[in-house]
Amino acid sequence: MKKILVQGKTHGIILKSQHPINFLGTVDKKTGIISDKNHELFDKSIKDKILAFPNGVGSSVGAYTIYSIKSNNVAPLAMICQKADLTVATGCALANIPLVIITDKEFSSLKTGQKISLDTESSNPITLL
Amino acid sequence: MELTKDEESALKGEQGEVMQTAYRILIATGEATDAEKLIPIEWAHLSGVNYNTIGDAGEEFLSGISKNARVKVKTTLNPMGFDIDNVSNYGLDDNFISKQLSISKSYETMGVALSFSCIPYEIFDIPKEGTQVSFAESNAAIHANSFDNLKTNKESAFSALASAITGKTPYSLLRKEDSPNLTIRMKINNPNELTYGMLGFFAGKVGNNSVNISGVKDMDKRSCKALCGGMGTSGTCAKFLFGDGDPGCEKVDFDKKDMNDINDELNTAEKGDLITLGSPQLGLDEISDLTSKLKGRSFKKRCMIFCPRTVKEQARKIGYTNELERAGCEILADCCTCLTPLISKDNIDSVTTNSIKGAYYLKNSNGVDVNLKSLSQIIEDETR
Repeated sequence: MKKILVQGKTHGIILKSQHPINFLGTVDKKTGIISDKNHELFDKSIKDKILAFPNGVGSSVGAYTIYSIKSNNVAPLAMICQKADLTVATGCALANIPLVIITDKEFSSLKTGQKISLDTESSNPITLL
Repeated sequence: MELTKDEESALKGEQGEVMQTAYRILIATGEATDAEKLIPIEWAHLSGVNYNTIGDAGEEFLSGISKNARVKVKTTLNPMGFDIDNVSNYGLDDNFISKQLSISKSYETMGVALSFSCIPYEIFDIPKEGTQVSFAESNAAIHANSFDNLKTNKESAFSALASAITGKTPYSLLRKEDSPNLTIRMKINNPNELTYGMLGFFAGKVGNNSVNISGVKDMDKRSCKALCGGMGTSGTCAKFLFGDGDPGCEKVDFDKKDMNDINDELNTAEKGDLITLGSPQLGLDEISDLTSKLKGRSFKKRCMIFCPRTVKEQARKIGYTNELERAGCEILADCCTCLTPLISKDNIDSVTTNSIKGAYYLKNSNGVDVNLKSLSQIIEDETR
């Protein structure tokens, strides 16, 4: 664990992308489905998942996309990144979506489909269930 | 991060809900960028204006906070979804127009200047060297750091808004003197603005906070803007320096193959149903240059030109507008190619543009195919 950017507690299933996400233009804000045909998560829904991805990229308005998916009840339960970026950090801060930054080693050990519990107050914030 | 007593009190909610939200966003920004304190800024430039991008949730959020929030520093604004002068020509529904006007009203109520431009660095006076600003528009943040001697993070829509309301920003790495640890060696000969857009797109993908770019000289304004636009689209990188950098810098080449890869990713059509120019919006110099390039020629298909309102007004006074309209151009102020609701896949299959940034969002957000061409190629192929 490198940093806790937005606190919270949840548990759920990992959806992992090896590639960064440009929230504006990649995520449909009404459905939470990845709409960019070139993205590895194309057609997958991020709703109620624990979304793990290296970092956010691109448009600064992506922060509104994160706020919108939360308002539309299609947001992930939490986000886990390798690198902090301001679009994801501030989008999650306003939308109250827990966000943690983990080490490269921890990131490479996460796999889509794993069930985990995330608790930013705990001494061991991420545990496999 | 160390906070003053006043900042602590705002974070606790003792100065109202708006201030508490703003400080929560600044704290997240500070933690994300390892800042140790907050410092004052002199200018904020906000994104999150176009109803097409922020939607109902964004419109409601802004309407809510505008009841209490007021900006503390000079604050300017990104493009919105249309030009009110000619919106009736584009078949936008009434809901879109009223929601867009509500967003605009909320910003006005907060004390924001309704500049509706993604090129604040071209239409406002640049403050003195080293001034701290908060620019959310990605191309503008990169331009400010790289060409205008200003200092900004690649802000998010919310971090810039929080900075506007508090007059503060976290003292992050990009606001200090930093030196890039990566140098990109430009290996393409005779580059045009399209090549520079691709170089920027590549740099955004491989760079982190900042990069050196070597092998580049004599860029015109169009190419500078294309480089900033491309870089802002693909990555987190917010600054570049020209030169080789420290001898210890990691080196990466930008060559034919890299260019072909980007072309394969973004160029999906052989030709376009219409042409768009501007993403970033065109400044007066580019409008003037386009007018002289078009002398006597006319477009064979629709050509939409996006610029700030101040530029549209100047162009009209000087007489460029007449010339451009004669050549078949539609001139639109206050909006931009990037994320425009005026191009819909219901009636357009493909768009020709010289903008890498425009291409990315046309493809991914508007869902239309893109035909990439430099401006000189567009004029050669698409006018007579």
